[in-house]
Amino acid sequence: MFTEALWILAAGSLAFSFLKNREKTKNALVFSWKSFMGMALPVLLTVWAIGLLLAFLTPHVIARTIGPESGAWGVMAAAVLGSVVLIPAFIAFPLAGAILNQGASISAVAAFVTTLVMVGILTAPLEAKFFGWRFTLWRNGLSFVFALAIAFMMGRLL
Amino acid sequence: MPVILLGLAVGTSILFVLDRDKSVSAALTARRYLVEMLSILPPILVLLGLFESWVPKTWVEKAMGPGSGTRGAAVSILVGTAAMGPLYVAFPVGLALLKKGASLFNVCVFLCVWASIKIPMILFEVKFLGVEFSLLRLVLTVSAILVISGLMNILRMNIPERRRL
Repeated sequence: MFTEALWILAAGSLAFSFLKNREKTKNALVFSWKSFMGMALPVLLTVWAIGLLLAFLTPHVIARTIGPESGAWGVMAAAVLGSVVLIPAFIAFPLAGAILNQGASISAVAAFVTTLVMVGILTAPLEAKFFGWRFTLWRNGLSFVFALAIAFMMGRLL
Repeated sequence: MPVILLGLAVGTSILFVLDRDKSVSAALTARRYLVEMLSILPPILVLLGLFESWVPKTWVEKAMGPGSGTRGAAVSILVGTAAMGPLYVAFPVGLALLKKGASLFNVCVFLCVWASIKIPMILFEVKFLGVEFSLLRLVLTVSAILVISGLMNILRMNIPERRRL
């Protein structure tokens, strides 16, 4: 649904732009094409890596790593796991909910969910392509540290 | 990049030999993510191209530039929340904003918000993890994002001039 809307929006805007100013539209498309070519290989590699990794990090493995028997290192493990995997929200939240119901600590689940969205090791090469490695490492590193802080605070407060 | 490619190729070959089933599931997962990327990237990049050639620099500078203050941060949060799609889509968008004059702080806020705060995602989280958990995490996340972006700004992250874009 969302994807269709996006395509329609893009097509409509493009047509409108073409009617208004051909030169600008041409420049826009050149820009789009160059960006696409620049992203093609990194995107392909990222997708490949996701496939390989998720073959091992199944929901079952994740549940075991974060679950109640994970102990004191559970929060750290959860944060690392969340940084590595890349799964859509409609799988991640039910999974996190199930792990919480199994008796995992609030901190571990919060750490997993927070790093899952904020820290992306698999997408780091792509991020670095646009913003450079220095920016990428700092943004992800700071996000990781703050995700841990959020996790511990939530464990205290809830 | 060639190193990553080589590593993936070796890893895949080993997996194929040792565990046929797992390598098939890896290929299927990769295909699913590839289809997702290819269905989202082209329209986003077309819109980004149009943004690049139509939107005047002064607009972005005014809304999200270094002098935009609290309002600029609010705009960045709104833009990041409203936009949909996975994080990797946000990278070219963030860079385009930066080149149009948005401040580093605001671009960083935008990136982190895009990654972590989406209204449908919050609803999902409330459903499976509860209202208390989700709202507390939301408040803490927004605060963390502002601090992280502030630190990034203090560290003076200079973004290398991109060749491609």
